[in-house]
Amino acid sequence: MSTFIQQLINGISLGAIYSLIALGYTMVYGVLKLINFAHGDVYMVGAFMGYYLANGLGARGAQMLGMDSDGVVARGLLGGGAMEPSLITALVVMLLAMAICAALGVVIERLAYRPVRKYSRLTALITAIGVSLLLENGGQVVFGADPKFFPELFTKQNIDLGGGVSVNSSDIVVLVIAVALMVVLQFIVYQTKTGKAMRAVSFNLTSAKLMGINTDRIIAFTFALGSALAAAAGVLVAIRIPRIDPLMGILVGLKAFVAAVLGGIGNIPGAMLGGLLIGITETLVVGYLSPTYKDAVAFAILILVLLFRPSGLLGSVAQEKV
Amino acid sequence: MLTLENISVSYGAIRALKGVSMHVEQGEVVTLIGANGAGKTTTLRSITGLLAPTEGRILFEGAEISGKPTHQLVARGISMSPEGRGVFANLTVRENLQMGAYLKKNKAEINRDLERGFRMFPRLKERESQKAGTLSGGEQQMLAMARALMSRPRLLLLDEPSLGLAPLVVHTIFEAIDEIRGEGTTILLVEQNAHAALKHSDRAYVLETGRIVMEGASKELAADPRIKEAYLGE
Repeated sequence: MSTFIQQLINGISLGAIYSLIALGYTMVYGVLKLINFAHGDVYMVGAFMGYYLANGLGARGAQMLGMDSDGVVARGLLGGGAMEPSLITALVVMLLAMAICAALGVVIERLAYRPVRKYSRLTALITAIGVSLLLENGGQVVFGADPKFFPELFTKQNIDLGGGVSVNSSDIVVLVIAVALMVVLQFIVYQTKTGKAMRAVSFNLTSAKLMGINTDRIIAFTFALGSALAAAAGVLVAIRIPRIDPLMGILVGLKAFVAAVLGGIGNIPGAMLGGLLIGITETLVVGYLSPTYKDAVAFAILILVLLFRPSGLLGSVAQEKV
Repeated sequence: MLTLENISVSYGAIRALKGVSMHVEQGEVVTLIGANGAGKTTTLRSITGLLAPTEGRILFEGAEISGKPTHQLVARGISMSPEGRGVFANLTVRENLQMGAYLKKNKAEINRDLERGFRMFPRLKERESQKAGTLSGGEQQMLAMARALMSRPRLLLLDEPSLGLAPLVVHTIFEAIDEIRGEGTTILLVEQNAHAALKHSDRAYVLETGRIVMEGASKELAADPRIKEAYLGE
């Protein structure tokens, strides 16, 4: 039983990260009917931005990568002062990485997807794969192909819950931040005018235009929002497991895509649910079966969903009234 | 108010419009009739900027609007109830109407316009908080028209408002068209129901395979033997 609870806690924390990425897939699909295969790589860029920002802000632990390990606090690139590892550091790093990736998402949409929007969806899909390869290989050139180790943004500790179950403070932080981001997203999408316009664009692009909505701007905003969430996921994942590399987005991106399909692609609560389910299933498989099947399970789920419920758990089959 | 000068539109190799010229004056109801595939919807889509004409110019209130994005045209005072109605099925009737006022800022004004829509179509008031997807085809058509009016257009384009509706509902729709015109809104009406369209309009254009083949006062066209035979089934 304690194994189960332990794996469940790990799974929820991992799943929250998948959810954040899945939201980007689902929102972009909602407005453009495009599977943005480059989305996982934006998550990777987010993690690297977090890495450079954290080192720049001088988070402790950065020196562990470097030469000295005699307890000297790493010197920050900005201002030279050291920033104590704290939640504030983590938040600042995450928010800045989110801002950078939001801009990256807008640039990708503007330069890669918008020019091909008038052609078939297959063209856009192939473009997305191209952007993905560009980011992966570009990442290897710019960031280096070797894995990097994320500095510790705040002091982690294990909290014993009794009965052999313990939870790492990083899991709690990841979960709290992820949930907070999803609440903010929910507010933006359902309470603001821009959110309303986003939903209008995803229901019916032509009608949205006829309402006077600048759909290009809304699509760009959707990319910004999704990419920011992916960046947040990149920083959060590095808080859990600090090893990052330029190809880290491939598998996680695919799993988050499966999560979006499982929840019902285009459906925002569906992406959140799908992410959690994939995360929990994955950790349970690791705990009870074998870590070997860790990556296979998401794809087994994808096949099952496509066979038995192609519209996903929360997706609805579109009906047309005559 | 609206002038089309020699408009051509192509879908790939297919030329859907071959040099269409027409005009709509302030306060008029002008109808565009023709068979399926004649290019009626294409004409409206190019006026609203959903399609870019390959040739020709479109002028609205003296300014060239061809190639301008749709949202700017809505801001200038053109609104359309599209073919197939295009209601937001997952939004309620009220939310759909509010969407129509997307560019409006004044809340009190929006609420007044909402009430006006409900007065025009009391059925919508009854269904106010229902999802638009649960409405009948006729109710969806009423919603699409009421929604198009929410931006207070000076020119209203209606694409096949009576398509697939029961005779009683068709009657309601055309009464609403008369009412809208009575409020001073200029209307360009695309219809397959030539009989009703000619009855409720001032002037008419007949479109055949991408060309205007006849034009004139609606009354005269309704009496024309060729129209009677081809479009009125007499």
